[in-house]
Amino acid sequence: MPAPEQRRIIFRHIDEAGYTPDLACYVRNGGYEVLRKSVQRKPDELIDEVKKSGLRGRGGAGFPSGLKFSFVDRKSGKPIYLIVNADESEPGTFKDRYILHKDPHQLLEGIMITCFANRVERTYIYIRGEFPEGAKILERAIAEARAANFVGPDILGTGYGCEIYVHRGAGAYICGEETGLIESLEGKRAYPRIKPPYFPAVLGLYQCPTIVNNVETLCHVKHIADMGGDAYARIGTPNNTGTRILCVSGHVRRPGYYEFEVGKVTMGQLLHEVCGGPLPGRTFKAVIPGGSSAKVLRFGERFKGKRKVGAEMVEYDWGVEDIPMDFDSLAMIGSMGGSGGVIVMDDSVSMVEALGNINAFYSHESCGQCTPCREGTLWMKKITGRMVHGEARPEDGALLRSIADQIAGTGPGPTGRTICAFGEACAWPTQSFVAKFADEFKGYAESKGAPRPEGAPELV
Amino acid sequence: MSPPLPADLITVNIDGREVSVPKGTNVIEAAARLGVDVPHYCYHPKLSVVGNCRMCLIEMGMPAIDPATKAPVIDPTTGRQRINWSPKPTIACATTASPGLHIRTKSPMVRDCQEGVMEFLLINHPLDCPICDQAGECKLQEQSTGYGRGYSRFIEQKNVKPKRTLLGPRVMLDDERCILCSRCIRFSKEVAGDDVLGFTDRGSYSTLTCYPGRRLENNYSLNTVDICPVGALTSTDFRFKMRVWFLRQTNSIDTESSAGANTVVWSREGAVYRITPRDNGAVNDTWMADSGRALYKEIRSPGRLDAVRVNGAESTLDLAAKAAGEIFAGGGVAVVGSGRGSVEEQFLTRKLAQALGAPAWLVSRVGEGDGILVSADRNPNVRGALVTGLVDELPRARLDALAAAIDSGKVAAVVSVGEDLVAAGLTEAQLGRVSVVYLGTHANPTSAAARVAIPTLTVFEKNGTLVNQQFRIQRFAKAVPGADGGVDDLVALARLVAAAGAPAPGADIGSLWAAIASEVPVLSGVSYASIPDTGLLLDASRWSGLAFAEGASLHYRPSLPAQKEAAHV
Repeated sequence: MPAPEQRRIIFRHIDEAGYTPDLACYVRNGGYEVLRKSVQRKPDELIDEVKKSGLRGRGGAGFPSGLKFSFVDRKSGKPIYLIVNADESEPGTFKDRYILHKDPHQLLEGIMITCFANRVERTYIYIRGEFPEGAKILERAIAEARAANFVGPDILGTGYGCEIYVHRGAGAYICGEETGLIESLEGKRAYPRIKPPYFPAVLGLYQCPTIVNNVETLCHVKHIADMGGDAYARIGTPNNTGTRILCVSGHVRRPGYYEFEVGKVTMGQLLHEVCGGPLPGRTFKAVIPGGSSAKVLRFGERFKGKRKVGAEMVEYDWGVEDIPMDFDSLAMIGSMGGSGGVIVMDDSVSMVEALGNINAFYSHESCGQCTPCREGTLWMKKITGRMVHGEARPEDGALLRSIADQIAGTGPGPTGRTICAFGEACAWPTQSFVAKFADEFKGYAESKGAPRPEGAPELV
Repeated sequence: MSPPLPADLITVNIDGREVSVPKGTNVIEAAARLGVDVPHYCYHPKLSVVGNCRMCLIEMGMPAIDPATKAPVIDPTTGRQRINWSPKPTIACATTASPGLHIRTKSPMVRDCQEGVMEFLLINHPLDCPICDQAGECKLQEQSTGYGRGYSRFIEQKNVKPKRTLLGPRVMLDDERCILCSRCIRFSKEVAGDDVLGFTDRGSYSTLTCYPGRRLENNYSLNTVDICPVGALTSTDFRFKMRVWFLRQTNSIDTESSAGANTVVWSREGAVYRITPRDNGAVNDTWMADSGRALYKEIRSPGRLDAVRVNGAESTLDLAAKAAGEIFAGGGVAVVGSGRGSVEEQFLTRKLAQALGAPAWLVSRVGEGDGILVSADRNPNVRGALVTGLVDELPRARLDALAAAIDSGKVAAVVSVGEDLVAAGLTEAQLGRVSVVYLGTHANPTSAAARVAIPTLTVFEKNGTLVNQQFRIQRFAKAVPGADGGVDDLVALARLVAAAGAPAPGADIGSLWAAIASEVPVLSGVSYASIPDTGLLLDASRWSGLAFAEGASLHYRPSLPAQKEAAHV
């Protein structure tokens, strides 16, 4: 089947010639009309629209956004905060940066509608330190919006007010973890909090109820408020509604960002048709479907089982190319949709080196708070580093896997051994690389291993 | 059917056994009540919960309830309510008891978690055991033996971090040994009120350090050494001095102030090596001040009196008692007791004063309380003197009444139990005008001028009790034999009482307490042996009108606002 066309809802104007990030351009294209309509409605109605829409978070966890709004503690009387997670640090992901740099007002409108719906009076946009230009663009956009009363103490004359502040990060991946972000925002080291009891919806920023949402997710809220939750739910596939932006990088002819209805494009359609297939003379070897934390898929792997389609259980027998790019299918075959960062590797890549690169990233970014992740990430990095430098042993693959299992367990989902999901994020790559490319890991000992010097002590 | 529990007790099931605990108890504490050990590092009962070591992971389950009917789901094989065991482990320190909570601490999943965490803690841990002070009391040693895998799979290079760094005058830090449990950081912030420690760098390179330009030098810095589960933080005073398994532990009390922190004195073959706090949830939790720990140094400090002297010449106790008797016979005797003496000594001092018809005073020592465990009253046992009736009112810093009595000729002799009269306001001339009988541990102008000087014992060398600011009577025990020449205070006082012509009720704690219990109203029915290790609160109503100097501190609220002026004068 040929690939469907992209459906650019969020990225409608991203590549448009002459589209600029200023307010005038946004308003010319119908901007803030949805906000105007939304502030005339009851806040709970808007939350219902989001629930009906089936919107799931686009930051990586895919948590239903309507459900997240419903968890907020409105009884304690504490102020409710919204935090926009613009930390975009998941390797392979580069969608939020374009929203921030090229269409910031879409984000602001989505923020304001979300704030109005949830009775939030203060929003913080936590933007990664590596986006200095993006922070400036946001500040300008907020100033413009404030001047037009789209942001500020009295929005569009309704008496409802909300302020937005931009807070810059300083280069840590763990500041993208929601409670790590909150700690960083409070001025402390970004140590994620234990849950229970520190669920952000109850005890978040300054121990007040807090909603933390990804940039893209909040943009979707604007479109849901515009077309209605039911209409949005008809886009995409059941339980995986709307569109999502896929970021394809690596060994394809046309890497880049592509916005599709969720579940309507398969991996094969995406990589071969949309992205032009492998580079000349090469074949696809592996793909990571959802940011480096997702489990890798090996081309040639088969996935078999039964899944629910409509009211029936239907058998499936998929190769990697057949997997629909939606949250549930990717989770079902043992990986995840994650942040939509699709990283493609062809047959020129050594999987051991690739894993070494990934392990180096996670060991560098581990916050160091809890034992398994802190010690395990660096240990795994040291092993793959040693292997890549010629001192691999046949049992190293199994050892890596055992360490990863010790950090994050062997369950399909989070297993609670660490404080936050970073444990799973650093373990899943190792578990999947070693499991699916065991031959390469074993082979390293034979082919790449340098001979041990005369008289060198035995490695135990 | 068992009777319903009091409203705030919750029953949980740990490894198949039930235990009822107060609301808010976490699983580590609940398990401890059953004698079940849940290994942990970062959890401490007196500090906030952070859940970062992950050693206390256990399996939990809740009783299954049908979501539609809310009825319990019964397991057909056992006939009992089915327990839904969570597939994920959970940390015991952050799990509070809830009705029906089921816990497994020994399942394969738990063992796998424990072995995993132990392995991770050991991979970068230096092989310092042979030279590390913590050996023998190291949580890492204990828990790797009890819960670890027993062999290592790590062949890479271990992390290198700063070793033997002086964080402050009393604390040495070895960053490689640190397991980043953050107990020291939380203690400094939450208990000592001195936020001086923190982590720097990230991930496995995280390193404990003092904030830039700061030192760990507050008066509670050594508590971080106590609570450090490994040998990362060690005491500079104790460094390399003795292996802990050779040391004998004796319960004692910190005599630095009336806070009465409970302590343990560690000694071997007659020498004291260190003092650490003893857990008393009603007095000092698990803390004590650094200044109190240094007190053992007075045992061998210069100026320690080492021989009974009569008129300056070495003599015997018998001759000294005889000489004292002659002084007493001359009349006009005054007694200066000590707020640092034990209840038993103060009881005998009162007997002496009664036998001589002598007025009795104490000397006060009041400083600035620190709001934690060093109270404003630096005498540990003024209340003992009140309880035994040695004095009726709070002492003053200067013995002006005594000085006046000396000047007027009313007083010709003074028995001083451990107090330097010159420091208490007497002039050299006034001191010269009286015959002094001195009992004490160290030399001072009064002991030099004394006609009879009897060297006595420090708190580490004798048994007794002290009454702290809460009016709690607490026992201290003899840790080391008395210094050369020292005479047990009770023996010396009994001899003086006899020399004053009164029958002494015996110099051993047992027979003395028979007399104390019958003569001191607040202590009636109490025996030395019956006082619990955590002390016994006494009825203080008789002294509720006195303006005690202490302000609020850990586990203490004054009943009246402190009126320092009256006590200072």
